[in-house]
Amino acid sequence: MAASSERSPPPFPEGDEQEPEAEPEDGDSDEGEDIFIGNTKPVEIKPSAMAREPRSEVTAKGQGDIISDPLGELFPNVVEEPSGALVSEPPTDIFSEEESVVTDSKANIDPSTISKANGVHSDEEQDLFSEATVELSLDSPRNERKKIENTRPPVAAPTVSVPPSTSKVASKTLEELEEEEEEDKFELNISITNPEKVGDGMNAYMAYQLSTQTTLPMFRSKSFTVRRRFSDFLGLYEKLSEKHSQNGYIVPPPPEKSILGMTKVKVGKEDSSSAEFVERRRAALERYLQRVVSHPSLLQDPDVREFLERDELPRAVSTQTLSGAGFLKMINRATDAVSKMTIKMNESDIWFEEKLQEVELEEQQLRKLHIVVDTLVSHRKELSVNTGVFAKSVAMLGSSEDNTALSRALSQLAEVEDKMEQLHQDQANNDFFVFAELLADYIRLLGAVRGCFDQRMKAWQRWQDAQTMLQRKRENEAKLLWANKPEKLQQAKDEIAEWESKVTQYDTDFERISATVRKEVLRFEKEKTRDFKKQIIKYLESLQHSQQQLIKYWEAFLPEAKAIA
Amino acid sequence: MRVYKVLKKIIHLGAKGLARSVSVDLNNDASLLIDIPDALCERDKVKFTVHTKTTLGTFQKPEFSVSRQHEDFIWLHDTLVETEEYAGLIIPPAPPKPDFESPREKMHKLGEGEASMTKEEYAKMKQELEAEYLAVFKKTVQVHEIFLQRLSSHPVFSKDRNFQIFLEYDQDLSVRRKNAKEMFGGFFKNMVKTADEVLISGTKEVDEFFDQEKTFLLDYFSKIKDATSKAEKMTRSHKNVADDYIHVSATLNSLSAEDSTPLKHLEKLADLFEKLRKVEGRVASDQELKLTELLRYYMRDIQAAKDLLYRRARALADYENANKALDKARLKSKDVAQAQQHQQQCLQKFDTLSESGKKELTSFKGRRVLAFRKNLIEMAELEIKHAKSNMALLQGCVELLKSN
Repeated sequence: MAASSERSPPPFPEGDEQEPEAEPEDGDSDEGEDIFIGNTKPVEIKPSAMAREPRSEVTAKGQGDIISDPLGELFPNVVEEPSGALVSEPPTDIFSEEESVVTDSKANIDPSTISKANGVHSDEEQDLFSEATVELSLDSPRNERKKIENTRPPVAAPTVSVPPSTSKVASKTLEELEEEEEEDKFELNISITNPEKVGDGMNAYMAYQLSTQTTLPMFRSKSFTVRRRFSDFLGLYEKLSEKHSQNGYIVPPPPEKSILGMTKVKVGKEDSSSAEFVERRRAALERYLQRVVSHPSLLQDPDVREFLERDELPRAVSTQTLSGAGFLKMINRATDAVSKMTIKMNESDIWFEEKLQEVELEEQQLRKLHIVVDTLVSHRKELSVNTGVFAKSVAMLGSSEDNTALSRALSQLAEVEDKMEQLHQDQANNDFFVFAELLADYIRLLGAVRGCFDQRMKAWQRWQDAQTMLQRKRENEAKLLWANKPEKLQQAKDEIAEWESKVTQYDTDFERISATVRKEVLRFEKEKTRDFKKQIIKYLESLQHSQQQLIKYWEAFLPEAKAIA
Repeated sequence: MRVYKVLKKIIHLGAKGLARSVSVDLNNDASLLIDIPDALCERDKVKFTVHTKTTLGTFQKPEFSVSRQHEDFIWLHDTLVETEEYAGLIIPPAPPKPDFESPREKMHKLGEGEASMTKEEYAKMKQELEAEYLAVFKKTVQVHEIFLQRLSSHPVFSKDRNFQIFLEYDQDLSVRRKNAKEMFGGFFKNMVKTADEVLISGTKEVDEFFDQEKTFLLDYFSKIKDATSKAEKMTRSHKNVADDYIHVSATLNSLSAEDSTPLKHLEKLADLFEKLRKVEGRVASDQELKLTELLRYYMRDIQAAKDLLYRRARALADYENANKALDKARLKSKDVAQAQQHQQQCLQKFDTLSESGKKELTSFKGRRVLAFRKNLIEMAELEIKHAKSNMALLQGCVELLKSN
């Protein structure tokens, strides 16, 4: 394998590396038993990268684990954290559910699995299968895939009491699956409410109520509520980011920390600005979580489920800025930035380069717009205040006016202006919460998008480095041969073999990540368009409502003015 | 400075909206019709063209025009104030000095921020600024015009000699002005005023009418002054919001232009904001005209009414002093006749003052109520009209977005 950046998609089942993948497609009958035997190739869903080593790890866990957390196995990253994270899941969850999990897992987890392919297209074809697989895999990792391919209920693995989820036909097109994606999205509703201050002084914090309503089978019940604090959300992000961003997924970034804002709340300042801060944070957390659960792959992550369901979460101390983990993060970020500058990538696919430029440009523009809208918000707030002050002044004037009708009209005017004050205040809030926050969210999201392009670059670099290393090992071997040192030769040959496989693996990784990134970006863009459109319409409708109110107030005032004599 | 050049040209002003608004029934008398058809803005000076059409024989020609500066108006006002015979009349308030400070400041800021804006954005802001300049300009012209029209429609003032000179004298009035200033001197005027305030609050009022008027006017003045300044702040904020829409529109435009991903609806949104800001701008300026200007004008008018009360109080004080002098003279049996005559004069002056004062104040009240009524109705109607346009614009855009 020459270290070239050009790739031709390796044939689908290829050599040993592909075996695990190949399997699911093959033997039907084995599957059911396999799970319980703790077979060697559990979830095919795993990206091939994980192919070998992780496999063994997973199997080593033994049956119980596999059964108990097929979900975990769905995750590419799972391999990186073997037993630990997975075992915690109560077995009952999965199996008590009727349906298979959201179809949403579809489009996204797949490319990873069938990562061979370079282009998006070849992925898609294979996707169908993987999607089908993934859907039902929650019920029982193996069965579903079979189910789908056979378009009929699972080979009922004995203990798997789950009725065939769906005969989701493998031949579904991508669009259909996406439509289901949309429908299924509504199967899970999240809301964050009731911020409450817990504790006192500098150790105080705000606890939010997180309520979930869902018909998804992977959850314990249809509706449940837990309490979470801000650092919990940050903790969730950390976990998700660790697991998924290096694979090219766009992990939604959480709302920003605000030392000033929180300090005010802690200190107990009960004024409108701290109330506003809390509301802003609450809304931002809600939007953040909604984005996370509407991401098909992320929803599958057990950490997400745990976040929604589990009563008590261990405190995420690593999210504190001044902690050891915090510092480590800062250092990592710095080194990342430096290495980013030094990586010069030979882009084989111009799509990525163009897209990255687009993303960067858009982020810039959104920042500008955000500033402008922020100014609008503050001016409108000013207008509101000034209107209120004016209203009082007019009221005073009216009271000292000696003409009765005019006096009454002036007090009415004062009332109208009072209502206008509230109107302007409400509108300013709308400007902020619907428009400005939308922009802020997307500025952060675009940052995350840029991040996944960076991850792709890192993967490329890793691959290149491996190729360089391989070359060196080969040269070394040649040298040894020439120098005729047979003892060292074997070692050299071993090293070459080792690096050859690494090169292949990293190459595959790179392809996989590229495909993921591409898919993610496309999905992101669709979501962005939808989001923007929705929010803009909402914003305009709020402006309309304001105007309607305005008309009402002035129309009520008019007869009073006319009555002046 | 570019914007300035725009205004250097002669601006023809036809609108008399303000005139009719703040003081109903002016300029109806065909025997003396005055208007300011044109004005020129040069640097800091505004030159008004005062045009008169008259059937009165006291004028040399039936129709003529002269060029006057703001200071000329002030001179005229001051001479009227100092004229004894007019003590019992409400002297129409002097027009305020043309104030281009606000648009000038904005223009300065615009020049500084030019680099950070797109070409279109800058052009729109400039347009907006020019409109503002024009608005200030129009306002000052109208306010000067109203002043003259109030004089011309008043039975007594219209016959004033200085008024005639003002209208007719085809040369520069600055010479005459200087003389007048030397004679009267602003400093002296202010001194007298403060003394008046003390006087008026201290004097016990026997006449019920004047007593009520005094209480009312003093109280009302402070309230209306407060309301005027608050209204000014409110209108300014409103203008800021309208201006912000310009920036939003411009940024949205550049976003949708450079953005190839399907955020096409941003373009429509940019359009919408551009249209909305025009409406909002109108809302702000209409509010200013109908509300703020109204309050401002009547604040000055009430000050003029207060001045009348001061003069009457002064006359009363004079009369009381004359009385005391007469008593003294009677005691000393010296210059009694003289003192008596003086006392009679003072009494007469005071009585005439009181009589005409009463008339003036009553008609002033009626004028004021009418003006308020008219303006409040118009403002409410305009607010409704603009809100309806806003709604139509918003509705159109929402439908457009939803249909895509």
